[in-house]
Amino acid sequence: MTFKKSSYWMFLIPCLLAITLVIIIPFIQGIYYSFTEYNGFQVAAFIGLDNYTRLISDGQFWDSMLFTAGFSIASVIGINALGLGFALLVTQKFSKITSTLFRTIYFMPNLIGGIILGFIWQFIFLKAFASIGEITGIDAFNGWLSDTNTGFWGLVILFVWQMSGYIMVIYISFLNNVPEELLEASTIDGANAWQKFWKIKFPLVAPAFTISMFLTLSNAFKVYDQNMALTAGGPFSSTEMATMNIYNTAFKIQEMGYAQAKAVIFLVIITIISVLQIYITRKREVDL
Amino acid sequence: MKQQKLSVYIYLFLGFITSVIWIYPFYLVIVNSFKTKGEIFTNTLGLPNDGTVANYPEAFIQLDFVRSFLNSVFITGFSILLIVIFSSMAAYALSRRKTKTSTLIYFLFAILMLVPFQAIMIPLVSIFGSFDMLNRFGISIMYLGLGSSLAVFLFFGALRGIPTSLDEAAIIDGCNRFQVYRYIILPMLRPTTVTVIVLNAIWFWNDYLLPSIVINKEGMYTIPLKTFYFFGEYSTQWHLALAALVLAIIPIIILYMFLQKYIIKGIADGAVK
Repeated sequence: MTFKKSSYWMFLIPCLLAITLVIIIPFIQGIYYSFTEYNGFQVAAFIGLDNYTRLISDGQFWDSMLFTAGFSIASVIGINALGLGFALLVTQKFSKITSTLFRTIYFMPNLIGGIILGFIWQFIFLKAFASIGEITGIDAFNGWLSDTNTGFWGLVILFVWQMSGYIMVIYISFLNNVPEELLEASTIDGANAWQKFWKIKFPLVAPAFTISMFLTLSNAFKVYDQNMALTAGGPFSSTEMATMNIYNTAFKIQEMGYAQAKAVIFLVIITIISVLQIYITRKREVDL
Repeated sequence: MKQQKLSVYIYLFLGFITSVIWIYPFYLVIVNSFKTKGEIFTNTLGLPNDGTVANYPEAFIQLDFVRSFLNSVFITGFSILLIVIFSSMAAYALSRRKTKTSTLIYFLFAILMLVPFQAIMIPLVSIFGSFDMLNRFGISIMYLGLGSSLAVFLFFGALRGIPTSLDEAAIIDGCNRFQVYRYIILPMLRPTTVTVIVLNAIWFWNDYLLPSIVINKEGMYTIPLKTFYFFGEYSTQWHLALAALVLAIIPIIILYMFLQKYIIKGIADGAVK
C-alpha cells in the first residue's frame, strides 16, 4: 500500500516551503550579494570578486578568525575533558539523589541563553574578581575584561562552564552502554579504576568523541551571544569573534555585500574544519 | 571492598567541590540582587547586610517582564507547534514512500544543517522584509525553516521502528493517510516529540541573534532581547541588572525542576541519534 503521490507532497510541502524560503533562497541570494555592493536596500553595483580580494587584506577579519580558532581549540579541550570527567563522576555508584543532583547542577548553565550567561560572567569578572583581588591582594584578578588575553580566557571559561554539562550528557549515554559484566570481570581480574577507564570505558566511548567534538567545535565557531554580552568585542575589537565581525560589517556599517563575502568564507572554513574533524576522529575510532 | 568505599568518598568529594564551583556564579548573582546599589560595590562576595527586595519591582517594570515573557512564550510555543506538526508529517512521508525523490529530499535536509546562520542572515532579513514579515509570525516561519532538518531526522529515525503493517491495517479499516498520521503515527511518535520540543524550546527561548535582527518594535521584544537592551541602559546599575537576570532565569529553572527527566533525556536522544 504505497503512499499516494498527491498526499506525499501534501505532507512534505510545509517543511520544503520553509527550508526553501529560509535557507535555500537566502543562501543562493547570499552568494550573489557577495559579488555586489549591496547596502541592505539595493544592489548598487556588481563588482565581481572585489569583496573577496578586499577580504584577503582585511587584518581585522583574520584577527577575529584567529581569535575564534584559538577560542575553539581551548574550549573544545576544556569542554570535552570536563564533560567526560563529569560523566565518569555521575555514573559512579552514588545514591540516585546525589547523582541526579550533580547532573542537574552541571547541566544547569545549558538551559540559559548565551546573553544572560554572558552578563552573569560579566558581573563575576568585573565585580567578584575585583573583590577577590582586593581581599587577596593578587593583582591578576583585576580588569579581566579590559585586557585581550584575559578577555580570551574569560570567554573560554564562560563557554566551558556552559557546554560541559551538555557534553556530559552525551558521554553518560555512551558510558551507560558499557556492559556491566565487562567491568565486573575486569574487577575480578584485578583491574584498578584507572585501568578500567583506559582499557574498557575509553575505547567504548570513542564514538562519543566524534559527536562531542563535532558539536563543541561547530558551536564554538558560531558563538555570538556570549561574545556580545561578555566583552562586546572589546577592548578595541580585540576579542571580536568571526560572527561578531560579520554582524558588525552587515548591520553596524551596513556593508552587506562585503559582510556576505565574509559569511561565505566563514561557511567554507566551518565546513572544511567539520569534515576534517569527522574524518580524523572517525579514523581514530577504528584504530582503537 | 574497603578500597572501593574509599574511592566513592573521593568521588563524592570531587563531585561536591565541582558542583559548588559550578553554581557559584548563580549564587553570587542571586545574593547580590538583594543588595543595594552601594553594597554591591563594597561587599560583593558576602551575604547582604540589610537585604532589600526593592530591586525586583523596579527590574520587573524596566524589563516590561509580563510582555517580554508573553512574547517569548508566543514565539517559542508557536514555532514548536509548527516544527512538531510539519516535521513529523514530512518525516512520515519520506519514510513511507521510498523513492529516489525521498532520498534526495532527505539528503537535502541533512546538508542544510551545515549552513551556519551567518551565511543566510543578510538575505533572510531582506526577503522577509519585502513580505512585511519581520515580526513574531515571521520569526516562527524562520525557526521552522532552520529547525525542521534536525526534527525531520529525529522523527525519521523513530518512524523506522513503527511497522508499516500498522498503516496498512488502518487504511484497510478505512482511514485516509492523514487520519493514519493523526491517530496512529503521531501518538506513537510521542517520545521523539518530547525530544524535539525540548531541543527547540531551549534554542528558541534563549535565542538572541535572530530576534535581534528581525524584531524592531520594542513591544515585541523577547526576554533575551529585552535583557540585552536593559543592560545597555543600566550597565552601571548592577542592583537592577542582577535582579533582571534572576527574573529572566526563573521561568527556565521552574520548568527545569518539573520536567528535568524529559529535558535530560531529550538532550541525550537528540545528541546521540
